Amino acid sequence: MTERTERSEGREGMPGQHGMSATVDTKAPPARSGLLAVARAPGWVRYALLAVGLLVALWLPNGLYPAVAVDILCWALFAVSVDLLLGFTGLMSFGHAAFWGTSAYLTGLVAIHAGLPFPAAVLAGALGAALLALPIGYLAVKRTGIYFAMVTLAFAQMVYYVANEWRSVTQGENGLQGVPRAFFGADLTDDYYFYYAILPIVLLGLFAAWRIVHSPFGRVLVGIRDNPARARALGYPVHRYKLTAFVLSGFLAGLGGGLFAVGHRFVSLDVLHWTTSGKAVIVVVLGGIGTLWGGVLGAALVVRLEDWLSFSGFEAIGLVTGGIFVLVVLLFRRGLWGTVAHLLRRRGAARRE
Amino acid sequence: MAGQAILSARGLTRDFRGFRAVDGVDLDVAAETVHALVGPNGAGKTTLFNLLTGFLPPSGGRIELDGRDVTGLPPERVARLGVARSFQITSLFPQLGAREHVELALQSSSGLGWRFWRSAKLMRRYRERAAELLDMVGLADLAEAPAEALAYGRKRALELAIALALDPKVLLLDEPTAGMGLEDVDRTVELISTVRTGRTVVMVEHNMSVVGRLADTVTVLQAGKVLVEGPYEQVRADERVITAYLGAADAAH
Repeated sequence: MTERTERSEGREGMPGQHGMSATVDTKAPPARSGLLAVARAPGWVRYALLAVGLLVALWLPNGLYPAVAVDILCWALFAVSVDLLLGFTGLMSFGHAAFWGTSAYLTGLVAIHAGLPFPAAVLAGALGAALLALPIGYLAVKRTGIYFAMVTLAFAQMVYYVANEWRSVTQGENGLQGVPRAFFGADLTDDYYFYYAILPIVLLGLFAAWRIVHSPFGRVLVGIRDNPARARALGYPVHRYKLTAFVLSGFLAGLGGGLFAVGHRFVSLDVLHWTTSGKAVIVVVLGGIGTLWGGVLGAALVVRLEDWLSFSGFEAIGLVTGGIFVLVVLLFRRGLWGTVAHLLRRRGAARRE
Repeated sequence: MAGQAILSARGLTRDFRGFRAVDGVDLDVAAETVHALVGPNGAGKTTLFNLLTGFLPPSGGRIELDGRDVTGLPPERVARLGVARSFQITSLFPQLGAREHVELALQSSSGLGWRFWRSAKLMRRYRERAAELLDMVGLADLAEAPAEALAYGRKRALELAIALALDPKVLLLDEPTAGMGLEDVDRTVELISTVRTGRTVVMVEHNMSVVGRLADTVTVLQAGKVLVEGPYEQVRADERVITAYLGAADAAH
């Protein structure tokens, strides 16, 4: 992170810097512009933002229904896992429900049958999701663009139908009922306490995503996203890098899905439905592709909004979220986080001049 | 002659839906020489480059690097075996800074790129070497500039810097001076003559004065085949070459 701050001086003064954002908009996801806007902010700003984020996370179940707050945490992990591919590897997965949902079922099954503490069940679910991501990713990363999206969607649909048919294990349309929240005898039946029990796991998952993005591996991914041919000419085995990113992303999605299963104490086929994959992409686009934290923000907004709409008896929730999605895509192509970061950066640059 | 062929092709062929872009090319690039590929547009120079670097699989024929069969290897493997290339159309990472490009190139031969659990700060170990390379190509002042903000000539220079960062045995340059102003051309020629020490350079080049100043051997391609091969002076005087290409190009200069 400090490295980013150091380099910022030279870059801000560069001619063509302002023109850059225009091209970035249409061509590549505006990843760096959003990410760097925060990363290049002075240290105290970044720590302040982090502190605010943590405070909000700690306060959340006091201001919202704890069950909604739990959902937000799970979806935040899911969104970040999708952004890892979409924003930082240039791969649009339209089948991430396969990993979210597989982990949800696995976690549920392990929790019900093995009676393990819930973090162990979630870990098992996430590892299962990562394992599933290996063959799917292996076949998918050979394609790019819309074909990659189609391959991931096709596999996710296969997983959905397997789960639907395999009633002896998944209970089909009835779903897995009574997923326990076992945790060394602690009473976590109240969502309020459960929220605080899963918060460290979610923060760990978010930290992992942040670490991946800001690792030497993450740099290679960004290179691959921007110019795969060049990355290959440098000697990087592009497919294997994409596959690794895909598996890591599957693990993080699985972490979210497992917690979601324990959170709801119930797993239904919805977790594997293609609309779940679509919602994850919408959340990321709303929050800001390639911003990492944008996904967290998007998750909070979408989950909160959907809860509010369904609570007020509104039937066509998809109409509202879909409408907002279209508006954001048309008006704020950087997404919410990306737009705010961009404005802050512009102001910062103007002040320096 | 510096002796043995380090890179050679036998009967190399590439078809594109019935069109034979490269047609049975035999090529021997002697170690530690500068070997220029020239020829009119559509002669198959860039296709040949893509075949030699693994970016295209050949339809027929065989490629050897240092006596090892590399036919059909993917580009990243060819790169790891010591063949670095630049692209005819500048091919960079638009949002990465110049220094980051060189650091990524320097990192590629280590396993560091796989460390997703470590901080990117580890890449600082390449900073010094990256600064040297950027200085070498005249980009020292622009190390932090995002590639897309660089002027055309500077982008070409950065291409060269990242190719050199791979410390290749064989350096393939696809039109290294294309679109450059005179001053940049001179600087590039000088740079290539510096970095060729201990290396083999294969270059596609349209600028005959650049070829004349750098190349030990010139291979003239026409319609996917080798027309003539030999030292510059000899090739330049060849009747067939003059008819095919050189005469017109030379007259233009």
